[in-house]
Amino acid sequence: MSKLVLLGDEAIAQGALDAGISGVYAYPGTPSTEITEFIQRSSEARERGVHTDWSVNEKTAMEAALGMSYAGKRALACMKHVGLNVAADAFVNAGMTGVNGGLVVVVADDPSMHSSQNEQDSRFYGRFAMIPVLEPSNQQEAYDLTRYGFELSEKFSLPVMLRITTRLAHSRSAVEKSELLAENKLCLPSDPNQFILLPSLARKRYKLLLSTQEKLEKDGEKSGVNRMEKGADLNRGVIACGLAYNYYREVAEEAQMDYPVLKISQYPVSPRVLNDFIRKVEEVVVLEEGYPVLEESLTGVLKNNYTIRGRLDGTLPRDGELNPGLVRKAFGLQIEDTRPIPDIVKTRPPALCKGCSHIDMYNALNEALREYGPGRVFSDIGCYTLGAFPPYNAINSCVDMGASVTMAKGASDAGMHPSIAVIGDSTFTHSGMTGLLDTVVEETPVTIIISDNSTTGMTGGQKSHATNRLVEICRGIGVEQEHLRVMNPLRKHHEENTKIIADELAYKGVSVIIAQRECIQTARKSVKSKAKSQKS
Amino acid sequence: MKRDIILAGVGGQGILSIAAVIGMAAVESGLYLKQAEVHGMSQRGGAVQSHLRISDKPISSDLIPEGNCNMILSVEPMEALRYLPFLTSDGWVVTSCNTFRNIDGYPPEEALFDEIKKVKNHIIIDASEIAKELGSLKVSNMVMLGAASAQLGLSMEGLYDALGVLFGRKGDEVIQLNVSAMQAGKNAVGFD
Repeated sequence: MSKLVLLGDEAIAQGALDAGISGVYAYPGTPSTEITEFIQRSSEARERGVHTDWSVNEKTAMEAALGMSYAGKRALACMKHVGLNVAADAFVNAGMTGVNGGLVVVVADDPSMHSSQNEQDSRFYGRFAMIPVLEPSNQQEAYDLTRYGFELSEKFSLPVMLRITTRLAHSRSAVEKSELLAENKLCLPSDPNQFILLPSLARKRYKLLLSTQEKLEKDGEKSGVNRMEKGADLNRGVIACGLAYNYYREVAEEAQMDYPVLKISQYPVSPRVLNDFIRKVEEVVVLEEGYPVLEESLTGVLKNNYTIRGRLDGTLPRDGELNPGLVRKAFGLQIEDTRPIPDIVKTRPPALCKGCSHIDMYNALNEALREYGPGRVFSDIGCYTLGAFPPYNAINSCVDMGASVTMAKGASDAGMHPSIAVIGDSTFTHSGMTGLLDTVVEETPVTIIISDNSTTGMTGGQKSHATNRLVEICRGIGVEQEHLRVMNPLRKHHEENTKIIADELAYKGVSVIIAQRECIQTARKSVKSKAKSQKS
Repeated sequence: MKRDIILAGVGGQGILSIAAVIGMAAVESGLYLKQAEVHGMSQRGGAVQSHLRISDKPISSDLIPEGNCNMILSVEPMEALRYLPFLTSDGWVVTSCNTFRNIDGYPPEEALFDEIKKVKNHIIIDASEIAKELGSLKVSNMVMLGAASAQLGLSMEGLYDALGVLFGRKGDEVIQLNVSAMQAGKNAVGFD
């Protein structure tokens, strides 16, 4: 079979399709977005009728995937690491219910925060939910372990987490496919109480989950996913998790190091395996992308005689993603003299696109706010977060999806007036609507600007569930008609828009201003595809 | 055979298309490939780069180690300089001279060229001018690919074939325009 050149994300998508999924559920989030997009583009998925529509947020995605699993079919849920915080309630309790059809949850972490607000390590969540975690080190393993994840999930009747990081998600390599597995047929759980987590039933489920842990460790010993690679030099041993394995191999080949390696791509790792490995060598270097999860479990709090090196003792930096240079340094190897970056080179941070509607919205907001002074604008997660930079300097917070609305409420409760939220349309339906209801119920004085560009812009223009629904949603939640304003953020309407915002800032109640103009990027794309379809 | 290449530019300038063509040509000629890309926030007018590694042996790391890169292929002169710490002592810098100014304090052109010329093996091409003559500024990226082609260790036929497959859906006219751009880039350097 000819090889496909795929991103790590795409390898996971193809692996899930070939493992016989009946649905993928996700909300866009870098670096996980391309998994779902690949399945959406797949003609095979279309022919099979695989569910591929975006979900409104990660929690609804996770729950829908669990529902599909309840019905006996295989489902894939995908999200970025902070998306798992949103889905956490469903995720952790899915460990309690277990699954019927196979369920794999892909979580893409972002060490070095290329496109995120933190670098939390999802392996913690896997351990917290007490479910198996798989961590591929390359694109072929991403394909193979997705498939193995479904097998493992159905074998132990548990959801399985597949953890990747940005570098694997967005790196391409050749991948070989395996044969296609048939989808499951509709089939109810054999135990009608399995998914009912009433306390009396949940206690039984929890005991079952606890008793499964040893079996999971045993499976990890036998599956071949984790493996020992012999080395002649026993002065050191290397425990390499996921992608970090590649950096070690790169450096070891170049520097001709020959230490034994324990390659980890499946958790929980059996303590027996770890003990056996550590006893063979003088000291251990733990290489892992993200938090020192495995390293911490080895060092513990009681001092022992073993030397464990890694992110905790400064052998590697505590933060940021790994790379070959850092791994070289960890083994005490000299770095060759390299050319410096010339001083004249300036940083080039991302910026709002020329002609972007958020720009005109911020210009009007900044002018309307002039009389009140700075420090009053809570913002959210999306392109408009770039309003934090000059020349706008327009926002004062960016915390988590939906936090703009509720933080503005809290500040208003504290006596700050005016208190303003700026949120995108897709983020509003993701997590802003519930907070809006809080403000409506209490008639909290806040001004909420929904900067509606009719797409999920930052992740590349995915469908926004808010499109053409915002006015009705806000009315339905209870925003008064006269304080639900719609404006067109264009430079030529600047004065009119500034006045709309100024009027609502002065109002001591709930105001929602919908600043509606399509994203300049998606508008360009739709003009192009229209021109194309007229041609043909 | 082993080539470590950093592709550099600003989000939206088409470096991923260059990467896709080289990558496909490499895989079709039986070589191993790893190619790390930047997606997400930085694509909004920020500095973007792609680490592209091709070899006749399996490749471990998705990232090129510092000091190991054989060529920086850039569609923007300041972006070419950003990755100098990665370049080997005898590595090539192949860049267009066409600046992309979307930040304050962008350095003077001459200062940039002076820095590029400090690298012994350098090629500076006016990709925009060549692309304009061909009738579309959009093919500047393929002009640059043509200019770098002699250092890639891949056959021109292989690159043209890859281009044909990748741009197949866009029609013969677009493919031919891009092939012409690559040829023009190659000719501008004057290598055979």
